[in-house]
Amino acid sequence: MTAERQVVLITGSRKGIGRHLAEHYLSKGYIVEGCSRGDVDISDAGYTHHNLDVCDERAVRAMIASINKRHGRLDVVMNNAAIATMNHVLLTPAATANRMFEVNVTGTMLVCRDAAKVMMRRKYGRIVNFTTIVAPIALAGEAIYAASKSAVVTLTRILAFELGQWGITCNSFGATPIMTDMIKGVPKDKVDAVVNNLAIKRLGTYEDCANVCDFFISPASDNITGQCIYLGGIS
Amino acid sequence: MSGFDRSAAKDVVLSSLRELLTQNGDDIPSPFDETVVLVGKESVIDSLGVVSLIVEIEQALETGHDVSVTLASDRAMSERNSPFRSVGVLTDHICTLIDQETQAA
Repeated sequence: MTAERQVVLITGSRKGIGRHLAEHYLSKGYIVEGCSRGDVDISDAGYTHHNLDVCDERAVRAMIASINKRHGRLDVVMNNAAIATMNHVLLTPAATANRMFEVNVTGTMLVCRDAAKVMMRRKYGRIVNFTTIVAPIALAGEAIYAASKSAVVTLTRILAFELGQWGITCNSFGATPIMTDMIKGVPKDKVDAVVNNLAIKRLGTYEDCANVCDFFISPASDNITGQCIYLGGIS
Repeated sequence: MSGFDRSAAKDVVLSSLRELLTQNGDDIPSPFDETVVLVGKESVIDSLGVVSLIVEIEQALETGHDVSVTLASDRAMSERNSPFRSVGVLTDHICTLIDQETQAA
């Protein structure tokens, strides 16, 4: 059985950008599958939550198999799940760096890989991987996080070439600072300094993120792949 | 390998290969059996075809038989004698992996 409505998987859907995107695509009529390491209180009939760590290969595989079994399709994946610890590189333990790469890079790769296997069969798919502007602006204090997100951009560009023949597009998206839990611990003067160096001098919004994602996942965007869009004038 | 024997595994490999060849507009080789070569000069598919076939088989096992295995691993890809070299060898590879999964569970 194949669902008539498009199915979107959003990782890290418990809060922040992922949570907003889950609600956004539910309101647009998508079937939304979300995952995170904790429970979520979205009570829409079109939403199913999976409790897992995106680095857990078996758990990711089981999640994708469950989606395929229930809906017979997976149209869109948004790899939003990530962790960040802001710290000077001289004070960053190896375990912290390894864990950040494991979640942000390996986790993204695992979800892309298993999702693409389902998408291939229908010769259609849209993958959006989340990166950050702190990589191109080389923000001090974010070395490991930025490095991991740079890896995500490169991963996405190459996936675009590896998966394009099956009608799967792969793009990445870097938001400007948004007041999510991830940056609430960053001193205000640091956030202000970043915002003041943008072309558009304001914080990002959830709507900004949804706008870019809408563009990437549109069926009309079948020739938009391997691209990275940053908000706020960053390139 | 309860409920899923070697004959069933071979059927999945052959039906996945048939679907791939048909999609590509390629001829179905005769005989169409365990001797069909998948890797090397005599192969009926190219290297990307092997990728497609592996994914198709994994998906067919999962959706049709509730069998979850990952056919490609570091070990499989580095073996001198590829476990993907023919329909028969690939069938044996699948059976071995399923046995290992069953024992690990």
